[in-house]
Amino acid sequence: MEQFLQLLPQCLLDGLTLGVVYAIVALGYTMVYGVLELINFAHSEIFMVGAFAGTEVLLYLQTYGYLTGIPAPVALVLALIVAMFLSGGMGVLMERIAYRPLRNAPRLVPLISAIGVSFFLQDAVRLVEGLWKNAFYLTAPSIFPTSIQISANLRLPVKSMVVMFSAVVMMLGLHMFVTRTKWGKAIRAVAQDRDTSALMSINVDRVISLTFFIGAALGGAAGTLFACQYSLISPYVGFILGIKAFTAAVLGGIGSIPGAMAGGILLGVLESLGAASLGIATNGAMGAEYKDVFAFVILIAVLILKPSGLFGEETGEKV
Amino acid sequence: MLKNSLLGQIDKKYLLLLGWTMIIGVSILFYLFPQSGLFFLLFLCSLLVLYYLPVNNALRYLAAAIILVGIMPLVGMQNTYYFDVITQVGIYASLAIGLNIVVGFAGLLNFGYVAFYAFGAYLYAIFASSQAANFIPAAVAHFPLSGHWFWVFLALSAVLTAGLGLLLGFPVLRLRGDYLAIVTLGFAEIIRIVFNNLDKPINITNGPKGISPIQPPELFGMVLNQPIHFYFIVLVILVLTIIIASRLDSSRIGRCWAAIREDELAARSMGVPVVRMKLLAFAIGASFAGVMGVIFAAKQTFVDPSSFGFMESIGILSMVIVGGMGNIAGVIIGAVGVVMLQLNILKEFSEYLGQLAAQGILNIPSQVDPAKYEKLIYGLILILACIYRPQGLMPASRSLPAWLKKKGKDQITNGIQEDKTDVT
Amino acid sequence: MLRGKSKVLVTVLLLVFVASVLGGCSSKPKTATDNAANVIKIASVTPLSGSQAALGENIKLGAQMAFDERKAEIEKLGFSLQFAPQDDQADPKVGVAVAQKLVADKDVLAVDGHFNSGVAIPSSEIYAKDNLVMVSPANTAIGITDRKLPSVNRICARDDVQGPLGADFAAQDLKAKKIFVVHDKTTYGQAIADEVKARAPKVGMEVVGYEGITAGESDFSAVLNKVAVVKPDVLYFGGIYPEGSLIIKQMKDKGITAKFIGPDGMDDPEEVKIAGQAVIGTFYTSPAADISRTPKGKAWVDSFKAKFGKEPSNWSAYGYDAMNVIIEGLKKAIETNGGKKPTRQQVSEAVRAVKGLEGITSTISFDEKGDNKGAKLYVAEFKEAKYPPTVVKEVNAGEFVK
Repeated sequence: MEQFLQLLPQCLLDGLTLGVVYAIVALGYTMVYGVLELINFAHSEIFMVGAFAGTEVLLYLQTYGYLTGIPAPVALVLALIVAMFLSGGMGVLMERIAYRPLRNAPRLVPLISAIGVSFFLQDAVRLVEGLWKNAFYLTAPSIFPTSIQISANLRLPVKSMVVMFSAVVMMLGLHMFVTRTKWGKAIRAVAQDRDTSALMSINVDRVISLTFFIGAALGGAAGTLFACQYSLISPYVGFILGIKAFTAAVLGGIGSIPGAMAGGILLGVLESLGAASLGIATNGAMGAEYKDVFAFVILIAVLILKPSGLFGEETGEKV
Repeated sequence: MLKNSLLGQIDKKYLLLLGWTMIIGVSILFYLFPQSGLFFLLFLCSLLVLYYLPVNNALRYLAAAIILVGIMPLVGMQNTYYFDVITQVGIYASLAIGLNIVVGFAGLLNFGYVAFYAFGAYLYAIFASSQAANFIPAAVAHFPLSGHWFWVFLALSAVLTAGLGLLLGFPVLRLRGDYLAIVTLGFAEIIRIVFNNLDKPINITNGPKGISPIQPPELFGMVLNQPIHFYFIVLVILVLTIIIASRLDSSRIGRCWAAIREDELAARSMGVPVVRMKLLAFAIGASFAGVMGVIFAAKQTFVDPSSFGFMESIGILSMVIVGGMGNIAGVIIGAVGVVMLQLNILKEFSEYLGQLAAQGILNIPSQVDPAKYEKLIYGLILILACIYRPQGLMPASRSLPAWLKKKGKDQITNGIQEDKTDVT
Repeated sequence: MLRGKSKVLVTVLLLVFVASVLGGCSSKPKTATDNAANVIKIASVTPLSGSQAALGENIKLGAQMAFDERKAEIEKLGFSLQFAPQDDQADPKVGVAVAQKLVADKDVLAVDGHFNSGVAIPSSEIYAKDNLVMVSPANTAIGITDRKLPSVNRICARDDVQGPLGADFAAQDLKAKKIFVVHDKTTYGQAIADEVKARAPKVGMEVVGYEGITAGESDFSAVLNKVAVVKPDVLYFGGIYPEGSLIIKQMKDKGITAKFIGPDGMDDPEEVKIAGQAVIGTFYTSPAADISRTPKGKAWVDSFKAKFGKEPSNWSAYGYDAMNVIIEGLKKAIETNGGKKPTRQQVSEAVRAVKGLEGITSTISFDEKGDNKGAKLYVAEFKEAKYPPTVVKEVNAGEFVK
């Protein structure tokens, strides 16, 4: 038990850092689900594209010696902007090509299409990186290498703070956009009832494209932050994270933006705590390798007890 | 249908002539050139042609029997590779049919089908190798069990995996479509991770190191470990699977499932026992996977958790969807397509390109070698299939092809069904 | 528009037409080079797609280099030699299918592969049925050769030698009393971690932790937090360099002072790129720690770079040596067979009989199980953030006390 208490503060911190990354990616899933009722499996690949884009920008700056010249936050913002635009654009493209023709198809079909896009992007990025750089494991330069030792058990790396700060800024930004602007209102309207929104002269297609753009841009930003935090990226980095982030979105109630944020952070913390405590709790029988199981079990439990997720709304079935 | 089409203008006799020529011709060519990947593909196509040929059933079954029981083994003896491929195709076809029952017939999204497959495989693997000796003392039984137990395990696995399906289905079946998908996905991942880690405190699955060697099946003292044996085992099971699935489809249970799939609330109002039917679908689908798992373990003689990941589930699901949800022949085609793509087509293509490169005609950098980008092409095919033919290659219809239909009974449902599933 | 059945029939007919056209084209290269009696193919089977593609590709390139260098020797004996690289996608069932394919192609007389033990084990059963010799550059699981199949050989070290070496080094050279073992839950990583865990108490160390991480993930802070609290002297990681390098980096970020030891899966130039400065002071064991130490090795590295445009990793060296052994065996088999194309059995016996072949990684001789008697194991330390690291200990694997 004492060991657990010693672990606790650092675990919470690491869980939070991981959690906010999950949260931003989860936002993408939840927004798309809100307007289209579609699980966008390819979102994890958008995240990966964003990671690659951001890393390439940083590497570019590094090769040309700019990295030492400009302050680190500026480099990060630059990488973020490029990544967000690239991923956002890709999201819109994806919607146009792979999802719009399937608006009226039975549920499963756009899902499979999304999976197809996901596979395609994974290998496409591998192809591009292979041709361009002759390697597809990329290492992002470390632009925030220092950390602060707060106490014997708590060490706060600067990059974690940067990641958390950027994530919070983005989440707040999204929240303000969705609640205070006209386009945000349009998105909420389409998410609630597509046909009536169309009747209210909202250009549904444009709103959906915008939703995809924002969701994908957020995913791309998360990717760049991920690259900053963990440095090593590969075309397969989106896969596991995507499943987790999606689990987070469902946990918080899919379709609900605050739900996605809460779900992401909760999942990150739970995973971290689970990994640390499982070994101690079961006396070595189960260790950190069960942390994914831990997360999924929680998900299943929540869904069985409260099927619409933590923050989701109970939508009754219309007869 | 044939009447008002271009091809319908052609006399039925010519169609038959064309079809039979192709079937017989390809079979002969395949026998003469057992190394050719091309003829293998054509061979499979000829089976498809046979399916559609407007002849009576007895002749059709006879021809199929000759092809599958006669020609294929003859070719296979010369080239065991194709035996292996077609056995894999058979395994996946059965799996796809099983998943089709859950997804296609009953309309339940199941993203974790591979968990049942893994369960069946490990069930046999643990007891048919020395693994079980780790936790069952020698006084009770001697492991590995002899190959004669294989047949027992086929049945045992069907029952136990069905039980697992019930266990999973019970808490989650009241969830809405997408949530169900995620929960089943989570469940499959849980099973995989558990299998990957169940080597302490008691070593049940030997973790990521896998279990090997696994006893091959035995029949009357003869050890069945050659590819030809597995081919026949899989063939028999596949035929049984098809029969069971189509019987279910045209039975009252199948109609209940169709009702649930189309509109659950209406079905419930009509008195369909929804929960029971859903559970039944889950359990039956699971049992198919369990049986195939046992066969897989026996054939590979080695199982480890890496064969049962999320990708497998998606693979089987895509076979069902691209092939045609709810249509048994469709999912078989889907299975053929996906397995061939993964094992055969791209490799042949890139070898072909490699040969061109060796002859100096074309020079492709190692980075763009097509065999490496199978996922890319697979993804592209999925997207295209979904956009251009979302109802699948062979759309589900309650109307079975003419030769399977019972006169009169299913006529009424035809029209309604075709309306609903025709998305284009 | 065409409907239903007839549409399918027409499509199928079109396919037939197209296929026969293609068939006409593709059958030509096949029949043209069919001086069937004189074609010999050597295959390499490694993962060329998927997350381990980089490692598989390195082995293939190494094999290719050896092939290109010595091709002429076999061709002088009157045979046309072809290199057939295959992709097993690190998936056992694809590996099995590829194995079936290779066995069915009668011109294939030897296989240089696989990379993943989980794929090699079932595939080698298939090779063994037809006596197709397999020389493994990278499979370390003990089960590979413990089955005593006469056609299965390996040139790399076994887990039950490398693991204890790591543990011994920690206890004797690093004077560690507490060791924390981490593995990546794969066939390779866990096997070697288990060996270390079993050996540790025998050399006086206490195993203070045994945890698994998921390969493919990037965040190991959960496990590392535990390590930070428990404060071991040494952290042993069973796994390969993508995760291992990240662990090294994250260890430094967390201020963990434990010494890091890894197995040969850590051996790759990318390790320095990923871990950066943190790599200084870390160790790994490997059958070929520093190829460029010897002048011969350096020349090899340079020619590899010149040929393929990138740095070789040690996996390339193993692929190279395995191919060399194969060609050596093949040559002997042809000669003993009076200049005629040998059978697979003969090639297999000739390969197993290879003694004292000077490879880039070690001097190769096979024992009765197919293990490489001459396999040397090195412990290397990164004294600076440059690959390759400095060798600090050298052990003869064949004589290693278990």
